[in-house]
Amino acid sequence: MSDRDSQPSPTDDFIKGLWRENPVFVQVLGMCPTLAVSNSAINALAMGMATCFVLVMSSVLVSSLRRIIPPQVRIASYILIIATFVTVVDYLLQAISLPLHQALGAFVSLIVVNCIILGRAEAFASRNTVTRSLLDGAGMGLGFAFGLLCLGGVRELLGSGSLFGLMLLPHSFERWTVMLLPSGGFFTLGVWLLVINGFKRRGTRTREVSA
Amino acid sequence: MNEHSLWSIFINASLINNFVLAYFLGICPFLGVSAKRHTASRMGLAVTFVMLISSLSAYGIHSLLELINAPYLQLISFIVVIGSTVQVVEILIKKFSPVLFRNLGIFLPLITTNCAILAVALFQTNRDYNLIQSLVFAVGAGLGFTLALSLMAGLREKLALTDTPALVQGTAITLMIAGILSLTFMGFAGLGT
Repeated sequence: MSDRDSQPSPTDDFIKGLWRENPVFVQVLGMCPTLAVSNSAINALAMGMATCFVLVMSSVLVSSLRRIIPPQVRIASYILIIATFVTVVDYLLQAISLPLHQALGAFVSLIVVNCIILGRAEAFASRNTVTRSLLDGAGMGLGFAFGLLCLGGVRELLGSGSLFGLMLLPHSFERWTVMLLPSGGFFTLGVWLLVINGFKRRGTRTREVSA
Repeated sequence: MNEHSLWSIFINASLINNFVLAYFLGICPFLGVSAKRHTASRMGLAVTFVMLISSLSAYGIHSLLELINAPYLQLISFIVVIGSTVQVVEILIKKFSPVLFRNLGIFLPLITTNCAILAVALFQTNRDYNLIQSLVFAVGAGLGFTLALSLMAGLREKLALTDTPALVQGTAITLMIAGILSLTFMGFAGLGT
């Protein structure tokens, strides 16, 4: 166990972001975009993908420049790198789909201050090789997108009875308008955390019993 | 009421569209620092101060970039200016109030990555506010943030004494409370029209 901890496998770098250290459900980081744009599944997916792109690109660049950047100004340099990629994403999204860009509004620019990206740059990419940082960034990014999708899916399904704009629930179903409102975001995330907590507690309990 | 009157901008930023409870901005310090009322209100004031300064500089940057026709530099220059402002505030607080500095701890440098600060700069640019409107907007947003943070801290102090099931302890229950708080703030929506 101990030598696996000191030298984790490449798959582990990738997998841990998806579940064990999922940025949304376990670390509860980067909440601003998570809650604000997750009122429909498509918005959530777009935001997740944008964040994933920025995370991967900045992880790679930070990790390849890690020997050049002086430690005193590292945070400022990371932020500059991240801001560059966010500007790229902002213009890219505008070119791909204007309605989507309008729906997300200023929240695309706010990816810059998403704690996850700076956190990964500081905690992982600045200390590890380019390949491992790439895997870590991709894992964390996909984990984040997955978390957003979970929130957005639930909120859209209960709030407007559809998923990705596709009507799923019959018209007789009373829409939970509160789910589309800001408070719905807090409630949904709270409930998801409860579910994950429950799973984790059951896991530790079975492990204790078997040991 | 005129949508761009100063009073309406202020009420809008602080109560109706409260940055924390309606736009989910600045949730990290909201969940992190809001355990004690004293720290929460001080943190709120620090954020308000930084907001005011960065709003002022954002207005300057925006006009300058319009002048040299380089809007794509906007985001980068905003974040750099905000980052340096936070550094200055940090040094000042460390000098004048070491106790407060220790209380705020890690969250002071984190103001840089506080979405609320950057959001003030971005929103005021998107909505084409003039200088006075921007400043009023920044103060409103900051006070709204302080209000939400203090309310939450008060609730969490009470919560620490109650007997909650182990399953919901921590972030889950805090988010639920924030949801209810956000519902109550919706009652302010009638003020604007």
